[in-house]
Amino acid sequence: MADPAVRSEPSASRLERARGVLRGWEDRAASPAGWGGRATATVPEAEGKVLPVAAPLAGLLPAGGLRRGTTVAVAGGPGAGSLAVALVAEASAAGHWVGVVGRPELGLVAAAEAGVRLERLALVPEPGADLLAVTTALVDGLDVVVADAARSGVVIRAADRQRLAARARQRGTVLLSLGSWPGADVELRCAEPRWEGVGCTGAGRLRARSMQVHLHGRGVAPGGRSARLLLPAPGGGVGAERRVVERRARVRVAG
Amino acid sequence: MSVPVRVLALWSPDWPVTAAALAAHVPPERPAAVIVANRVLACSAVARSQGVRRGLRRREAQSRCPELAVLARDPERDARAFEPVVAAVEELAPGVEIVRPGLVALPAKGPVGYFGSEQAAAERLVDQVAARTGVECQVGVAEGLFAAVLAARRGIAVASGGTSAFLAPLGVDELDREPEVDRSELVSLLRRLGLRSLGAFAALAAEDVASRFGADAVLAHRLARGLDPRPPLRRRPPEELTVDIELDPPVDRVDAAAFAARGLAERLHRLLAGHGLSCTRLGVGALTESGEVLHRVWRCAEPLTPAGTVDRVRWQVDAWLTKGGSGAVTRLWLVPEETVAAGALQLGLWGDVGEADERAGRALVRVQALLGPESVVTAVLGAGRDPAERVRLVPWGDDRGDEPEQPAAAGKQPPRGPTPIPAAPAAGEGDVLPSTAPAGWPEDVLRRTGQVSAVPFVRGQDRPRSTNRRRRVPPPRRTTMRQVREPPPMWPGRLPAPSPATVPREPLPAELRDAEGTPVTCTAPDLLSAPPRYLAVDDGEPQAVVQWAGPWPLHQRWWAPDAVESSRVQAVVESGVAYLLAAREGRWWVTGVYD
Repeated sequence: MADPAVRSEPSASRLERARGVLRGWEDRAASPAGWGGRATATVPEAEGKVLPVAAPLAGLLPAGGLRRGTTVAVAGGPGAGSLAVALVAEASAAGHWVGVVGRPELGLVAAAEAGVRLERLALVPEPGADLLAVTTALVDGLDVVVADAARSGVVIRAADRQRLAARARQRGTVLLSLGSWPGADVELRCAEPRWEGVGCTGAGRLRARSMQVHLHGRGVAPGGRSARLLLPAPGGGVGAERRVVERRARVRVAG
Repeated sequence: MSVPVRVLALWSPDWPVTAAALAAHVPPERPAAVIVANRVLACSAVARSQGVRRGLRRREAQSRCPELAVLARDPERDARAFEPVVAAVEELAPGVEIVRPGLVALPAKGPVGYFGSEQAAAERLVDQVAARTGVECQVGVAEGLFAAVLAARRGIAVASGGTSAFLAPLGVDELDREPEVDRSELVSLLRRLGLRSLGAFAALAAEDVASRFGADAVLAHRLARGLDPRPPLRRRPPEELTVDIELDPPVDRVDAAAFAARGLAERLHRLLAGHGLSCTRLGVGALTESGEVLHRVWRCAEPLTPAGTVDRVRWQVDAWLTKGGSGAVTRLWLVPEETVAAGALQLGLWGDVGEADERAGRALVRVQALLGPESVVTAVLGAGRDPAERVRLVPWGDDRGDEPEQPAAAGKQPPRGPTPIPAAPAAGEGDVLPSTAPAGWPEDVLRRTGQVSAVPFVRGQDRPRSTNRRRRVPPPRRTTMRQVREPPPMWPGRLPAPSPATVPREPLPAELRDAEGTPVTCTAPDLLSAPPRYLAVDDGEPQAVVQWAGPWPLHQRWWAPDAVESSRVQAVVESGVAYLLAAREGRWWVTGVYD
């Protein structure tokens, strides 16, 4: 059954408001029969607040940005690092604090090129076994927390994961996981990378990479969305290549 | 424009030396000098006549004057010893303000009217101070504090209305006499522009000064024109800004009073911040057990920070308690006598920005408590060619070395004890790197890739401000003007954006092979032996190279004996991941992954 709000595709803000109301009812009803409805109370002040993202990504994300209090997963593989940096860049440029836990090899020059303000980027490169505690502490204070649990070799149990997500929801912090995160509100995945500007004879240099970015999760039609983005774009950051294509779920036509 | 009131300044020359000599019982005829960080900070007139100058090294000063008494610096002692002088002046004239130990200012109107003339008032004050305390001092009268201080240094009274004429022929370096404000940069710039006198500087239009030199220079420009340094719109603070504290039991020790003062100062600053004000003139008052009310006004060149407030309260209470006679302090209060609209100290418009910063700071400090102070870092982009080389990691809370980012800037505390000399860059390789590298040469190419090292590369970090401002001492202090900064150096050979999104901490070994499976090498810095076809990273499975570009040779540090030439290649493998490879020491390394 397709979400009626999605089908008519109104402006992003109206959609967002409608979804907020809907979620409120979901939460109040606390019925496990709904779309994975959660029993926890929603955030009072963070509800509806959205951190900005760069224009090409804004068309892709359901709320037009990173909704505060949500969990976003970026699946590993080619393009994951660039995508994570591109997601947080605009929020950082707008003056929000970003923390990165457990990713010592983050390319900070690339981050700066994407628009991240390094003076508001706190790095905890080696949290070791304390990854969970560090992430929790940062969720309390920062606006966006990027955690790379897979690389640190720390296994986060499902209960801890839920607690962390609840904490983020309560604090209005965006939790961005590098690698899979079961139960994430939104999951992004990159595919079909194609580099531009370089040939097979040694001429040119890497200028941009066009990639298909798939998104699925809450607030998006079941088929998910995808867009062809330049990641990185020439000069760093993210650029648009083609319009967002929404793959609607097939609607059964009743006779 | 408001013409400032006539101010009488009373200045005791070389006060740090006078106070230190008094405390150490050095006879006045013996040459003495106060030395901080191996440099002469101040010297007595006798020492000066034997060739000792400010900024000299201690050894040099002692060689010129072997019987020189070397004294340590102690701002608290200076403030304490100055109290009798202030008391002596106060007996004759009300409304005394301490500008700093060694210098007081008072409105000239009262004493001049009482004693008949400026000359008589000045003589009377000098006699009074000499008789009561045995301290020599000079008096100057002029319009405004700045001109009055300059007049006091010369021991003259400037005729009414003649202040700008008095200032005009003086050199611009007079603007840089205040120890708390550093204008050396501005002064040297003005000199280089050919504006050698205050008159020449004052002749510029205020708008031009503001647009070319920045806010601090506007202040200096007002001073040079003989105007009040601060804009004339000043508000008298409303009464409720006074904060006070009852001390029960009564305090008779300085450390206890300082402890009480800390809370008091914080309350005062919260209150002022709530009104959008910051304090430039602070009244410190105390009630003693015997019922005596003590009150003293401190004037400051810059808006007071909480730490600066605590310092002043401590010095003042220290002076009162050391003087004795009136017993322990039972009540302490702070009065903001003069306030200006707060600028940078203010929180964000909606109370949002500053709060978020504070919240973030608390969270990061908590992580530091958990993992150690080095565990939380922020990055500063620096010079260099490699993606790893360009990043410098600074532990959270340290000076980033570019711009002040922390909302709570540390107060300008006077230096205590010897000044630490910042560590030389890359000690041990100092013979390789010329200590004064020519402009544009990289001083950080010595750094190993990916090394986390903050301390040696932060110039002048935490180096306390000193009043020692001779040119020999390179001033590592924060500049007052950002416009005169040198343009960033060019880095030929740096790869243009986009940069790799993943930079391994240590370069990973890689193998590059051609179609026949033989290793690809650099036959010349810009020539590969064969087109690369297979890439194996860190002993992994070989992957087919579908696209590649390069090589780009890199010559750097050609002047150093251990310089290594390298060439860089970009290679895209089947999976779509691109690698940045560098050929160094005969093999390939992955220095970045376009992840």
